[in-house]
Amino acid sequence: MGQMGQMGPIGRMSTDVNIPPQFEVVDQPLDTQMTLSMGPQHPSTHGVLRLELVLDGEMVVKATPDIGYLHTGMEKLFEYRKYQQGIVITDRMDYLNPLGNNLAYVMAVEKLLQLEIPERAQTIRVLFCELQRIASHLVWLGTHAIDIGAMTVFFYAFREREKILNLIEAASGGRLTPSYFRIGGLMMDVPAGFENRVKQFLDNFPQAVKEFHTLVSGNRIFQKRTQGIGYISAEDAIDWGLAGPSLRGSGVNVDVRRTNPYSSYETYDFEVPVEQDCDVWARYMVRMREMDESHKIVAQALSRLKPGPVKADAPKVVLPDREAMKTHMDALIHHFLIVAEGFDVPAGEVYHPIEGSKGELGVYIKSIGGPKPARVHFRGPSFVNLSALPHIASGEMIADVVAIIGSLDIVLGEIDR
Amino acid sequence: MEPQNPQANAPEAETAPDAGTTPSPTATALQREHQEWVVEVVQALGETTIIVPREHIAAACSFLKTAPGLEFNFLADLCGFDRGPEEEPRFEVNYHLFSTTKHHRVRLKVLLDENDLHVASVTSVWRTANWHERETYDLFGVIFDEHPDLRRILLPDDWQGHALRKDFPLRGYEPYSLE
Repeated sequence: MGQMGQMGPIGRMSTDVNIPPQFEVVDQPLDTQMTLSMGPQHPSTHGVLRLELVLDGEMVVKATPDIGYLHTGMEKLFEYRKYQQGIVITDRMDYLNPLGNNLAYVMAVEKLLQLEIPERAQTIRVLFCELQRIASHLVWLGTHAIDIGAMTVFFYAFREREKILNLIEAASGGRLTPSYFRIGGLMMDVPAGFENRVKQFLDNFPQAVKEFHTLVSGNRIFQKRTQGIGYISAEDAIDWGLAGPSLRGSGVNVDVRRTNPYSSYETYDFEVPVEQDCDVWARYMVRMREMDESHKIVAQALSRLKPGPVKADAPKVVLPDREAMKTHMDALIHHFLIVAEGFDVPAGEVYHPIEGSKGELGVYIKSIGGPKPARVHFRGPSFVNLSALPHIASGEMIADVVAIIGSLDIVLGEIDR
Repeated sequence: MEPQNPQANAPEAETAPDAGTTPSPTATALQREHQEWVVEVVQALGETTIIVPREHIAAACSFLKTAPGLEFNFLADLCGFDRGPEEEPRFEVNYHLFSTTKHHRVRLKVLLDENDLHVASVTSVWRTANWHERETYDLFGVIFDEHPDLRRILLPDDWQGHALRKDFPLRGYEPYSLE
């Protein structure tokens, strides 16, 4: 715990008004600095993040994140589970972007197996990943606005998110933990009438984005709280490994969907939003514009959906159809072997990055043969983005730390794993 | 139960057309700069892995970061791997590099013996390595020399052992207690 109660006389204010934006911690007499423990139960820390803040008045001299409260040893658990059992673990990492986690993991395994994924499955994967990105950004928008003091936005954002969760539920049966993407394709095809429901969502969503802009973007209080706050230059952002919207808010045009396309992203027409201002506002604008782009991608994916298989033709890896299992002996044997023994994955190692809703989500898998991985490591974008917080927050006001955390869009489930 | 052939699942494991034939430009550049920086180059599944001797990793990284045409200015990931207590060398540290300008990737790998788990920190090359190295220290016990703040990060400070080592049991040695 921090050294509480080392504050000077109540009401004391720093006389030095020209404090440089970045400065080193210096040994000062105890009455001018105070250490404050923020979190782990503070609502703006989005879960169980604890920050140890060294303050000079209201100015943050040093911020030290303390993480690990949610650590459940997921990476260890992967080594004791068969490849297909690992998918459900990935759901629980970044629980706002479970389908993105599913995709990163299954694509890494598919790379080791050198599996070809049918076109329809690839298209549905893209469709769901973009819906998930919108859903994740909506949670970010709602909570970010609450942190800054705008309560209403939360309800509007969660209303739209609910529609997406309903779509995910219709296809996979799960809302937060879908486990919909499987090694070799999808769990099953989307239900009848799914296309119309997506279309309905797409028709209404632009109006919702307009509402968000009316509620938030034009709000002078929100602008004052975000513009010029939490500056990180492009060079620093790259050096600190920031990824995704947080990096693009600093003017760096990097998006894994463009730089290392996967699941046929290279065939979609979309823009990568980039903002030059390097502050909380810029990161806000990038995410708001990304929702529009995701909307475009979902519409394109929907128009491409042609009937076809959603599972790869690999009977020893992909579970057979229920009907085939009841009529074909070999399908039944394959089913039994996959479930009881798993399938062997050739020895090798891969690092597969995708563009998750929060940035580069990379999965490193090392296989030494056999049905279980030797090592699975997740490069969680939240983990890396949070590591830059001490750099961004030092020299800012304590109330702005809340805005900065919100602008980094962290999920503790992924940070602690 | 018939034994399964590890390769049987994959549809005819084809080697990528250029695997093994075109040497990686990154490896060539590294080798040209310093012959002893490259122990082995592995090209598989469309990815390049360069095994770098432990004592040269920081120098090789800072060369790759600035070398014209390579510009690996982004450390995407850094993670450890334990091959198991009977293997020698036992530990691997993987560095996944990315270039935000050239958009290419490469993996550097350092092999470490169990009785000498020291490797130079790359925090002076990319500051993002800070937390990655703390995580690798926490979970594997690899010591990154000259790291500014090498503490445990995910597990409690008084945790015994390193949880991702192969000889660490899945459920730990005993129930964790705050006593």
